[in-house]
Amino acid sequence: MKKSKGVIIGIIIFLAVVTFPFLYNRGKAAPVPELVLTETAKAAQQCVRSKDYMQREHMKILDLWRHTVVRSGERVYVNPQGKEFNMSLSNTCLDCHSNKAEFCDRCHDYASVRPYCWDCHIDNPKESK
Amino acid sequence: MDSSRRQILKFFGISALAMSTKPVLDAFAAGQAAGDAEANEHTQSGPDALKARQWAMVIDTREFHSLEDVEPLIEACHKIHNVPHLPVKRHEIKWIWETEYKHAFPMKGARFMAEDLQHRPILVLCNHCENPPCCRACPTQATFKRESDGIVLMDFHRCIGCRFCMAACPFGARSFNFRDPRPFIAETNKQFPTRAKGVVEKCNFCAERLAVGQQPACVEASEDKITFGDLYDPESKVRELIKTNYTIRRKQSLGTEPAIYYIV
Repeated sequence: MKKSKGVIIGIIIFLAVVTFPFLYNRGKAAPVPELVLTETAKAAQQCVRSKDYMQREHMKILDLWRHTVVRSGERVYVNPQGKEFNMSLSNTCLDCHSNKAEFCDRCHDYASVRPYCWDCHIDNPKESK
Repeated sequence: MDSSRRQILKFFGISALAMSTKPVLDAFAAGQAAGDAEANEHTQSGPDALKARQWAMVIDTREFHSLEDVEPLIEACHKIHNVPHLPVKRHEIKWIWETEYKHAFPMKGARFMAEDLQHRPILVLCNHCENPPCCRACPTQATFKRESDGIVLMDFHRCIGCRFCMAACPFGARSFNFRDPRPFIAETNKQFPTRAKGVVEKCNFCAERLAVGQQPACVEASEDKITFGDLYDPESKVRELIKTNYTIRRKQSLGTEPAIYYIV
């Protein structure tokens, strides 16, 4: 009986420690990030594809772009509306979305993904930290 | 009684099966529709893109006498491609550089050869071999020979930095980024990406310039001392120069079929 007292106290302390982070952060979910569009991006009205598609699938488009540009040498992307774009992360995407910190990073931080695009492709120096 | 119960169960079973296939078929149909939407987008090459079966270069070494003649070309290339200038020799990155005759063409030298030829700067770069040993060595196909125009290209996204290609290249045309190159780029050209630490890089025959109808940077800076064209087009300037001049190639006996020809 004497021993079980210690065990129960131990279990309670253990549960308190384990659940502490959950209880501490209860009801404080990180807010969904709000993205800031640059003036150029606003003026363009629509991105390469619809906003909804870009939100979900921009990584797929980027993957298609890098593959076709580097490996097959085709550099023009024609979207379903028939509009042509130069397939270039540095020159097309980041030209409009030159605010990496407020556009790219906010969502990537929220989703906890760390793409290494900017290791090589410019992050517009005007806007970088 | 028994048989009728059995029949009712059969009926239910078949109905359940029929009902469960509908969502599956719907999903297939939706997949098909999504596939159609994807098909609406496509990629193509630009209207001004230069095309060839195998790009080749003829360098007239007789026109290059001193370092002042070659440096602007090297500078032009390294500037637009964000090639870093690293002070430590063993970390050096180079796409195009100059060397002496005896290093560029070992086994081709003669004793007591003309002093002018012995000491003139020979421009060397990736030979864009027709039979490139580097591409065979690459375990990830990060370096590959582009089918459409014969350029030996690097896909930096795929390079794992194993450096097998550097060992395989008999011309030392490849450099490895031992350090993050970005701090060593004096002036970044924002049109062209930089590289990351841990990848191999080399001359890309200005694939990005050919795609918009421009000649390679070194050719443009050379003022006709270097000629660029399609090796398999009998009418091309390159073919004419090879026909009318005696040209040599680097380490031809290795069988890699370099596409850089030198008039000496």
